[in-house]
Amino acid sequence: MKFQWEGRAIRQVPAEKITAVVRELCLEANYRLALGMPEVMAEAAQSENFPMAKEIIKELQANAEIAWAESQPICQDTGMAIVIIELGQEVQITGGSLYLAVDEGVRQGYEEGYLRNSIVGDPILRRNTGDNTPAFIRVEIVPGDKVRIHLLPKGSGSENVSRLAMLKPAQGVEGIKDFVLETMELAGGNACPPYVVGIGIGGTFDGCAYLAKRALLRPVGEANSAQHIAMLEGELLTAINGLGIGPQGFGGSQTALAVHIETAPTHIACLPVAVNLSCHVLRHEVLEV
Amino acid sequence: MQRLQTPLTPEVIMELRSGDQVLLSGTVYTARDAAHARLVKTVLAGGELPFPIEGAVLYYVGPTPARPGKVIGSAGPTTSGRMDSYTPELLRRGLKGMIGKGARNQEVRQAIRAYQAVYLGATGGAGALLAQRVKAAEVIAYPELGPEAIFRLEVDELPLIVINDIYGGDLYSQGRQAYLSCR
Repeated sequence: MKFQWEGRAIRQVPAEKITAVVRELCLEANYRLALGMPEVMAEAAQSENFPMAKEIIKELQANAEIAWAESQPICQDTGMAIVIIELGQEVQITGGSLYLAVDEGVRQGYEEGYLRNSIVGDPILRRNTGDNTPAFIRVEIVPGDKVRIHLLPKGSGSENVSRLAMLKPAQGVEGIKDFVLETMELAGGNACPPYVVGIGIGGTFDGCAYLAKRALLRPVGEANSAQHIAMLEGELLTAINGLGIGPQGFGGSQTALAVHIETAPTHIACLPVAVNLSCHVLRHEVLEV
Repeated sequence: MQRLQTPLTPEVIMELRSGDQVLLSGTVYTARDAAHARLVKTVLAGGELPFPIEGAVLYYVGPTPARPGKVIGSAGPTTSGRMDSYTPELLRRGLKGMIGKGARNQEVRQAIRAYQAVYLGATGGAGALLAQRVKAAEVIAYPELGPEAIFRLEVDELPLIVINDIYGGDLYSQGRQAYLSCR
């Protein structure tokens, strides 16, 4: 529905519609890999020459097939529901709160999909909320009258080994590389390699962490559109795979499947860098309202 | 490939070397962070554990709920390192096997040697595949913890790999060295 406001058309989207879409995203995202993942996994299976590592990648491919065929989640950690909303500025959400509508969609989707409730309501008291809410919601205001909703069910294993550093500008690209490699070394085999490495460079302390998470939304294996950043992605992927950590950490050439970097302007005194890792079970679905 | 049956005995554990692929059958108990905190609190207070710990195998997993007609949902391992601070106490009480993923700290590796136990790896992120080897599942303790409750699982030929053995072997360092030296 559209109405005029100061001469401009405003599209109304009922909160119920948001709930329905989020529910659908939950029911889809946990049973299949993100766009680009099957392809990079197949390439990894091809290029991995260390026998045990090759065997593991094939096992992971088989797991993904079983998950799809049997409607079992690919991984038991069906994650925090990370919901990123690109909200057109010509849209008005009606009939309820956008945030509560998202939570309701998560509640319905996780229950109907036999997905795990993995959220505690308070980080100190640690009681499970019992319905995987609240979702972890970010809203980006964009031009237009559409609402694009991303769901990234994010496991804790890879979230726990993610890191951020406020580097000095003098440390430059070498400092960034050192920090990323140190992060990979610390993660080792703990967080289910082969990884997809989301990196944020620039922005603020908090904004940099979000850039790293945002980087995981890019179709896997697609390079940054800026040439100097795409080059850095390639150099980091080679360096990470030179560490020899390998699938599951048992040694091999495939420690990371892809490196995605997102950048943002920053202060003259700042060079923030953040690494948000994803395990090999990268799940991401998007729907447009 | 070696076949193992629970409960694990010292004789069987002596045979295991890091890097060995094994198929485990029998009873395993699930326990994650919250269940570990309660188990250790219970033993330190002189209380009774909800399962016989002598020779027991713990699986670090919080499965997804079972769909109707299924035994269990997805059931792969969680990161073992979060259980490290609780583990030596349980090994001292007779725990013999742990199934998880990721490296253990020095204290746990030492306790594995001291108490003659074994740390086994299941493939992280292969929960749909691993669930096929679970033949029965029942919550036996702490149901209020939801996915962190303790389940008794009956498993049939669960595919695992020995990560830490009683001889100080560690597959994470050995595997990586083996790859880097043959590259």
